[in-house]
Amino acid sequence: MVEHFPVLVVVLSLLSSITIFIAGWISRKTPCYLSTATLLGQFIASLFILHHVMTIGPIHYRLGGWVPPWGIEYVMDALNAYILVVLLFLGLVCVIYSKRNIEHELPQKVVSFYTIYQLLITGLCGITVTGDIFNMYVFIEITCLSAYALIASRGKIALKASFTYLVLGSIGACFFLLGIGFLYSVTGSLNIHDLSIFLPPFYGNKVVRAAFVFFIVGLSIKMALFPLHTWLPDAHAFAPSEISAMLSGIIIEVSTYAFIRVAFSVFTVNFIKLLPVFEILSWIAALAIVIGSVLAIAQSNLKRMLAYSSVANMGYIMLAVGLSMSAARYPWSGLTPASMHILNHALMKGCLFLIAGAFIYKADLWEIKDFKGLGRRMPYTCAAFVVAALSMIGVPPSVGFASKLYIILASLEAKKFVFVAVLLLSSLLNLIYFWRVIETMYMKREEGTEHAHSSPVLRDEIPLSMLIPILTLSSLCILMGILWLAKIPTPILDRVNLLFGLVGGPG
Amino acid sequence: MTESIYPLLALSCPALGSVLILISGKRPNVREAWTLLASLFQFVIILSMVPAILDGKKIVCFLFTMFPGIDFGFHVDAFGLLFALTASSLWILVSIYSIGYMRALEEHAQTRFYFCFALAILGAMGVSLSGNLATMYIFYEILTVSTYPLVAHEQSSEALFAGRKYLAYLLTGGCFLLGAIALTYSISGTTDFRPGGVLTGAMASPSMFILLFILFIIGFMKAAYFPFHSWLPTAMVAPTPVSALLHAVAVVKAGVFGVVRIVTYIYGVDLMGELGLGILLAFFAGFTMIVASLFAIAQDNLKRRLAYSTISQLSFIVFGVALLSPMGVTGAMIHIPFHGFMKITLFLCAGSILVVSGKKNISEMSGVGRTMPITMLAFTVGVLGMCGVPPIAGFISKWYLGLGAIQSGHFIFLALLLIASLLDVVYFYPIIRTAFFQKIWTHELLPGDQEAPVEVFIQRPPVLEMRRPLYFFMLIPLTITASFSILFCLFPNLFSIYSLAQMAVRDLFRGL
Repeated sequence: MVEHFPVLVVVLSLLSSITIFIAGWISRKTPCYLSTATLLGQFIASLFILHHVMTIGPIHYRLGGWVPPWGIEYVMDALNAYILVVLLFLGLVCVIYSKRNIEHELPQKVVSFYTIYQLLITGLCGITVTGDIFNMYVFIEITCLSAYALIASRGKIALKASFTYLVLGSIGACFFLLGIGFLYSVTGSLNIHDLSIFLPPFYGNKVVRAAFVFFIVGLSIKMALFPLHTWLPDAHAFAPSEISAMLSGIIIEVSTYAFIRVAFSVFTVNFIKLLPVFEILSWIAALAIVIGSVLAIAQSNLKRMLAYSSVANMGYIMLAVGLSMSAARYPWSGLTPASMHILNHALMKGCLFLIAGAFIYKADLWEIKDFKGLGRRMPYTCAAFVVAALSMIGVPPSVGFASKLYIILASLEAKKFVFVAVLLLSSLLNLIYFWRVIETMYMKREEGTEHAHSSPVLRDEIPLSMLIPILTLSSLCILMGILWLAKIPTPILDRVNLLFGLVGGPG
Repeated sequence: MTESIYPLLALSCPALGSVLILISGKRPNVREAWTLLASLFQFVIILSMVPAILDGKKIVCFLFTMFPGIDFGFHVDAFGLLFALTASSLWILVSIYSIGYMRALEEHAQTRFYFCFALAILGAMGVSLSGNLATMYIFYEILTVSTYPLVAHEQSSEALFAGRKYLAYLLTGGCFLLGAIALTYSISGTTDFRPGGVLTGAMASPSMFILLFILFIIGFMKAAYFPFHSWLPTAMVAPTPVSALLHAVAVVKAGVFGVVRIVTYIYGVDLMGELGLGILLAFFAGFTMIVASLFAIAQDNLKRRLAYSTISQLSFIVFGVALLSPMGVTGAMIHIPFHGFMKITLFLCAGSILVVSGKKNISEMSGVGRTMPITMLAFTVGVLGMCGVPPIAGFISKWYLGLGAIQSGHFIFLALLLIASLLDVVYFYPIIRTAFFQKIWTHELLPGDQEAPVEVFIQRPPVLEMRRPLYFFMLIPLTITASFSILFCLFPNLFSIYSLAQMAVRDLFRGL
């Protein structure tokens, strides 16, 4: 039964997208419920898949019964089962949040919003479950096309942001496609597993190496790694907030997943050892962390600030990937810190973007300086913001602390003391830009009210269906942090390391 | 080794308390009742651990493993308990005091105040009871963050600046600390506190050890030594109970506590001596002792002067440990509770003066001794204790520190100690003189002074401290702390403080 779930997750979502479109003609209330129901179903299915992968083993599903080189194969192993759970969880949270927010922000476009939203989820699930590299490209395109549409849905300046993303995203996709073409010309296969078997004799081949570089460049654009991040701030800032949360929490992170998949499954550890790619990558990532954070400090718009913070966080993930090649068996070796931060960043940044959306929903507040007195007006939302922000800064025992600790230990093990300094510096930079917001929300007095405490408090909280997702995410920021420190979810990641031949596992 | 959930219970008191405080924010009396109950329960729990520790047992509470060699859990030993006892006993008194203080001044956001206060105590308790550096770090950071709203409580631009400075200093320190802990772990494979140190057998060059030590010293910026001290005087804009408990006991002592842990339980006395770090640290601390006292002389704001005095006294503790002699370490350890009691008396008095007469500066305090006799008497006790006059607790710790200096064989340290003690007298005496002996200030304008706001001339009628029942909430705690300051000298083993210090030192120096 569970063996069929990988394809079910994708197809269900695709069908739901069409159903929403049709049902939307009849009633404008249905799309949100349909979408929520679908995502709930998908999320439960993904949990079953994860359980199956952990207890029985990887799932190989052949579409239409065709044998791999000819047919498309869906493969679920520990890594993508884990990513699937993360992405569907955040997707579900965002869709619950979106109900009131979309009714408020895009009342004319409710149907098209949910139709495209489900397409986006389809694409993301597809990237994750597929075992065929060309199929992955197709799903990347589906994801990005729906993302372009969703970003543009607010109109006006968002159109420009979306267009920039469209141009750069297409260039990235071209690079990715070129890489696939090169590999196909060498091996004659598109199946990831086949490629990993056929490629080793050609590791010295210039075409194969060029293909690898194309993959890196293409996916770096998609994941907004530092010098190629220019599309991200505008796109994140002007999209509807749940889409910003998805973009920042999931879409760019699924691109890092794609990178991990290409680097470790298509090419293997043996190939990466031939080239100093990861070394270079981790330096670039370190640069991304610092520059992303510095640029975030310079922002006056909350969502843009969060967007630059995402650039820095992609740096975290790629730095962790870059450090993953160690041979030792420690809890922090291999891909553990990177996969860990994918979940952690999804939780933190998802929460923060949804909160930014809540401020826009309530009072159309975009600029940080306008947040005065919000701490009293929206106490729960602001408390959630504080928790998530502390988590970004890396105050224990939050998820941000767990990531920071793991990456620091990994850098120490690789004897890269510079990275330790970069990470610690980054948490201070995080402190600067997040604390400014917290201080404005809670501490700064509103103009005209010299004695803020004597004025009656006008509590003006967002509706419950928006508040619950926010509070869920922010409490998970602490809860998951403790779980990570207690190493309860790490068996999944140990399995990932075993899968790619990165010696990991319980030390 | 006994497995026990007592440490966890002790921590759950402030944790639970903070939640209850938040829930009953609308009903002030219930809210304050929670604070008092939590503090009382915590003190009883901490006190109940003392006999077991004095029997030579270690109380362990293991929760989960973070990394191989690092458990998240608590490990109560004599030294940790000493700090826990200090913080928890003073929490009760300061809770009572804050009721009087906050209500008399009609402060805003009192729920936030009590909530963050309880969280800060949670942090301090966690620091004192944790069994390794990693666990300690977690609570250390909770302590930093939860005290920010207390420092910036007033929400004026000055308070906001102080809050920012506070966080900038302490979280930077936290970053260094995290780096140092990670480095320690990668060198030695553990961060447990062990009486002989854990780094002794580690494979690393001496320069690495010295670098690591510097990282640790910067990391424990809460101990406020020069040149990392300036956050502390700035943080004095906080309400007085905060300055009293957090910036004389919990926060700053957490830093000093950390330094003592590093010197004695991570490096170990032998390694410290071998590397020559002890002497280095002693000079560093000695420098702070003297310079901070000199700075204190120049302060007119009473709380700021007390803050510089705290900086100086904290370095006495670091100094005592840096001497690496049994007597010195004993002196340092007992100075933690003794200084806590004395300094809190001074701060509470400063707060009462502010509430009753509205005076912040020492130069305005002429005649306070007449209107507030009990408060100023307590203040005098605290001052004499600081200067090391018997029969007040400060004498005992200074006596041991002096013995430690002699034991270490460097007489220059004894000289440093005596000079610093003398300077204590220099900056404290003017306060006493102004309060008791100076004639009440007649409002004369200096020639050439253009600004003459009319309000200044309105002489506030002298207010007696016993005028309002609310003042008793402030008066009683400070009387208690002052009398304990005396009792500790007469019976140093009250609450087993002396035995606990002895116990810890015996562990550290095995057999001496």
